[in-house]
Amino acid sequence: MSPPELVVLIIDESIDRALLIEQALREAGHLNVKTIHQLKGVAREIEAHGPDVIVMDLGNPERDFLEHMFRLSKSLRKPIAMFVDQSSDEAMLNAVEAGVSAYVVDGLKRERVKPILDLAIARFRSFEKLRSERDDAVQALDDRKQIERAKGVLMQHQKISESEAFEMMRNAAMNQKRTLVDIASAIIMAAQIGRSPR
Amino acid sequence: MIKIRAGFLPLLDSAILIAAHEKGFAKGEGLELQLSRETSWANIRDRLSVGQLDVAQMLAPLPVAQNLGLSPLKNRIIVPFALGLGGNAITVSNEVFQKLHAIDRDCRQTPTRAGAALRQLVHQRLGPKLAFAVVHAFSSHAYELRYWLSACGIDPRHDVDITIVPPSLMADALTGGAIDGFCVGEPWNSVAVARESGTILTTKSAIWRSSPEKVLGVAEKWAEANAESVDALLLALHRTALWCQDPIHHSELADILSRDIYVGVSARALQSTLACQLPGLGVVPDFVCFADRAANFPWQSHALWFFSQMVRWNEIGFSAGAAEVARSTYRPDIYRRALAKAGVALPGGSSKVEGTLTLPTRLPALGGELVLGPDGFFDGRTFDPDQIESYISSFT
Repeated sequence: MSPPELVVLIIDESIDRALLIEQALREAGHLNVKTIHQLKGVAREIEAHGPDVIVMDLGNPERDFLEHMFRLSKSLRKPIAMFVDQSSDEAMLNAVEAGVSAYVVDGLKRERVKPILDLAIARFRSFEKLRSERDDAVQALDDRKQIERAKGVLMQHQKISESEAFEMMRNAAMNQKRTLVDIASAIIMAAQIGRSPR
Repeated sequence: MIKIRAGFLPLLDSAILIAAHEKGFAKGEGLELQLSRETSWANIRDRLSVGQLDVAQMLAPLPVAQNLGLSPLKNRIIVPFALGLGGNAITVSNEVFQKLHAIDRDCRQTPTRAGAALRQLVHQRLGPKLAFAVVHAFSSHAYELRYWLSACGIDPRHDVDITIVPPSLMADALTGGAIDGFCVGEPWNSVAVARESGTILTTKSAIWRSSPEKVLGVAEKWAEANAESVDALLLALHRTALWCQDPIHHSELADILSRDIYVGVSARALQSTLACQLPGLGVVPDFVCFADRAANFPWQSHALWFFSQMVRWNEIGFSAGAAEVARSTYRPDIYRRALAKAGVALPGGSSKVEGTLTLPTRLPALGGELVLGPDGFFDGRTFDPDQIESYISSFT
């Protein structure tokens, strides 16, 4: 007889990340996954679902409140322990580095919870990677816009062609050991305060 | 340079850690203090436990609770240094304050009068109970709030609700009506008044003068493996505490703390509170103390007082073994070891009877003289750490 399915509760204000974790857990055969995004009424949700494992973002500023709720909860009953294996510093460090905080009902067998946590940790990591890639992409776009604008300013003020304007900025960047974006923003700022850029 | 990673939360009493870095006191002892602003006490505890932080600002009862097994993590945390005394206040919503004011116009004069007015309000009130927030279940706030309520005839278990809200969100919770009052460290009471969401009713210093608040928590394993770094850090923090205490530096300290990477609250509000000035209350004697009166000494009687309250509120059962775990969480031996070389006056004992000094009192100390107190509880009780069982039973 197989043991009853574990109930996993994901508390995450990031809807995208929660979805990513939930999908991964479902694909791995954990069908009893609940997700909540809002902390309002969290105590009621915990009582309703009776989770065996709770996964949340380590950086959530409401963790002190949530831990207090867990302690008061009737359905979690026993005091719950954080991380699967407290005897393994490495496992704890792994989770903390990935930004995952997990709570499990005391007494659950380690083998049963570990795959769930490993999955959560992996998904937290890949979400973080996606987010930083997206941030980099947004930054790159902003940089390109700055350079285009600065080029326009130079073309207008100096009455030069686009390629000449670009050449001027590139030379300035090389001579002053600064990035093209730095030069571009200096040109834009100078234009904004009404001086003719040189 | 030896690197030490230190966690803190945006609060007035993160001042010593922050100034140790900013004013070069850490560097002076060959240390590079890497400060890390954290989002919750749970976060600080976890990072300290897995070794991502070496030391951290912590709520004074938190390491005691952790070593007693009341926290989800089991790694031992020790306290070799306290980050000051006082610094908290109790704030209520303007609506609640108007009602208290109608009961007693001068209810803010003493915690006794504030409590008496609140008691009348609580017992007359129909509808939902008043909700108070503290910052953590194992915080000095949680214990001083319940001590005060209880001594004023309000049962904190039945007459009011007590919940948990992070310090920086207190004012919003009050404005939004989620809570009716809170006990929190500065500058978050002053912030609530500035936003016109609340009125400060009384202070920690009025409930228990010169009482413990935040401490330096250190993972025991790390402290044992890095004794020399611990000593150097304590010396740096001792020098920083003296610097923070001196009013001549308060304007600069307020400027530093006001930065977004630290507390992120206006320098003006911080400067007032450093001068023990609270909006609506004026100057509150001994509201916060960074170095004077042996403010940095980790008194084991403080650890034991928190333990007595944990037993009182049924968070743990009493046993001599548990009391010993609580007592030995605070490490005056390390404080002495680190500071004796620098000629700092050191208390001879590691515990004192709390609440007996009604006036500042000069006491002989190792290597000099110390002024301690006043340290009274507002209800006149005293706590003798050698009589802890009878102290606990005196509350029932």
